Amino acid sequence: MIEISNSELQDVPVQKLPVEALINYTLNLADTSLILGHRNSEWTGHGPVLEQDIAISNIALDLIGQARNFYQYTAEVINKNQVAFDLPYVTGRAITEDDLAYLRDVLEFKNLLLVEQPNGDWGQTILRQFFFSAYQYLLYEQLQKSKDSQLAAIAEKSIKETTYHLRWSSEWVIRLGDGTEESHQRMLNALQEFWMFTGELFKPSAYEQVAAAMQIGVDVTTLKGAWMEKVTAVLEEAKLPLPTTPALQSGGKTGTHSEHLGFILAEMQFLQRAYPNSNW
Amino acid sequence: MGVHELENLFQQKVDHEIKIEPKDWMPEKYRKTLVRQISQHAHSEIVGMLPEGNWITRAPSLRRKATLLAKVQDEAGHGLYLYSAAETLGISRDEMLNQLHTGTAKYSSIFNYPTLSWADIGAIGWLVDGAAIMNQVPLCRSSYGPYARAMVRICKEESFHQRQGFEILLSLSKGTPAQHKMAQDSLNRWWWPSVMMFGPKDDESPNSVDSMKWKIKRFTNDELRQKFVDICAEQVKILGLQLPDNDLKWNDERGHYDFGAINWDEFWQVVKGNGPCNKQRLDARNKAHNEGAWVREAAIAHAEKKKQRTAKAAA
Amino acid sequence: MNNKEWPLWEVFIRSRQGLDHKHVGSLHAVDAEMAIENARDVYTRRMEGVSIWVVESKSIHASNPDDASSLYDPANDKAYRHPTFYELPDELRHM
Repeated sequence: MIEISNSELQDVPVQKLPVEALINYTLNLADTSLILGHRNSEWTGHGPVLEQDIAISNIALDLIGQARNFYQYTAEVINKNQVAFDLPYVTGRAITEDDLAYLRDVLEFKNLLLVEQPNGDWGQTILRQFFFSAYQYLLYEQLQKSKDSQLAAIAEKSIKETTYHLRWSSEWVIRLGDGTEESHQRMLNALQEFWMFTGELFKPSAYEQVAAAMQIGVDVTTLKGAWMEKVTAVLEEAKLPLPTTPALQSGGKTGTHSEHLGFILAEMQFLQRAYPNSNW
Repeated sequence: MGVHELENLFQQKVDHEIKIEPKDWMPEKYRKTLVRQISQHAHSEIVGMLPEGNWITRAPSLRRKATLLAKVQDEAGHGLYLYSAAETLGISRDEMLNQLHTGTAKYSSIFNYPTLSWADIGAIGWLVDGAAIMNQVPLCRSSYGPYARAMVRICKEESFHQRQGFEILLSLSKGTPAQHKMAQDSLNRWWWPSVMMFGPKDDESPNSVDSMKWKIKRFTNDELRQKFVDICAEQVKILGLQLPDNDLKWNDERGHYDFGAINWDEFWQVVKGNGPCNKQRLDARNKAHNEGAWVREAAIAHAEKKKQRTAKAAA
Repeated sequence: MNNKEWPLWEVFIRSRQGLDHKHVGSLHAVDAEMAIENARDVYTRRMEGVSIWVVESKSIHASNPDDASSLYDPANDKAYRHPTFYELPDELRHM
């Protein structure tokens, strides 16, 4: 059993913990997939070559699909357990996947900082995807064994997609790292931009600790070794150095984001907020 | 065999509905007409991604977001199929892209109009894709094999596009008064440009005669336009919206809807590059292409390195 | 600056186990691995395939259409290669 020492948990009555943790845990998975899918979809129509425009759009679609599965499940848990979940414009009706995606504000979003970072150039987008897919693959591998059958099922379905994302992004990291002088330089730059956000992947939030202890979630600290192994191997083949700088940026999981997320949400949520309670 | 004889043989094949394939003899003008038409069509798919693509990040629900993304991605696929078909005629994709980027190639003018509201995504799906399908279905029987086969694939995939557009408009029309207004405003802006999508009137369409003779095209611009108006005039009733044409009414004698005069000045202005978004669209395509140059180069460079390493290892 | 276009590849897809691979179109890619992945993304978005072949277009050798009469017409009068050529009694229902 993992010791729960986070202060934010101390006010919550113990019997409520499992459901709360499940909701937060699932929202973290949903938000992370949605925001990365959203970011990748910004490439649609602007890719470096038609074939890759299609490829990155496919990954965006996969991630948005995963997010929907997690949101739908979260909504189900909230509705079934009659959890008081405060959302603007929502009264006297069941909560939907769209309410969760479109009516929560920055501080309530639980996605990783890594995925909300701007796309930058193709090299940065590739590296971000690689860091993330390497992590998500390991995460889903474990989540398939979750005691929560719904989470296990989503992980089992999604890991096939992630396997391909990892393969695709690994190949691109190698291609660009060991391509031209310019592409190598750009990948060094990308490493500089994104490495600092990788520590958060393995730093569990309180709800992740509870979820892991309940064996519905994954203990992310255990994923770090395999992740480092994969990253080291791919960077080596790409002739890129493994960064030695500390990766200290974190906070996304508990709602302390970078400035970028606010702009993403402003764009993403504008119709739902400008025309509340409308049917689209 | 003399050119005249070859031309006769070629026309006989076309007349007998025998497909022309890449390596077959064909009149130079047939080849050029096809390259022009297919590449324009491909460019239209690619440029067409822009006005819709800019709503992916603002789509109002997760379902709408996923379907719009899938649709815009399909358009990239369709552009790719068409570039491939044109490449069988001896022109490279790079050459075609260069023509697009330098403004020497045309693409469908409709994409030079802005998408201002979410309802525009509905209107594009219903009207613009509707008009495109009307143009494209006969192209599945086009005399040039690779073009016809690409079109079969495209038409199969397009069928969901128009439906998603209609569904969006229907939801808006039945929604709140503000949503209904959004939908009507959108039809007001997209109706006439869609009617113009069929191109100039038959007597002002310079390439039509040859294209009909060679069965690259099967119906004239005006025939297809009439068919489109007839269908939309009925479907708009289900939507509970109005087409912005006071002269639109059923003509029993003709068995068709009559419709108002088209503003051809506007049509030619947009074709000539003076539409509201011509510059913006071309700039966006150029930007994507230029910013992708280092990626394309690096990928080639890496593949060459890999090849050399394998060769070395084998030696 | 290396402005070379990515090579062109022809794509063949087996739509179902037990069927032949069929030509579906072409695409650009820097090597065979990328061509297969691109083919997966471009040509199997709607579950169209279970197996992909890619061949660099320049490696395909095609027969010349001018030779069509000498290559294919001689098969026209070999009706005895087809089962319907043979007259068998009606009682023999299945053969």
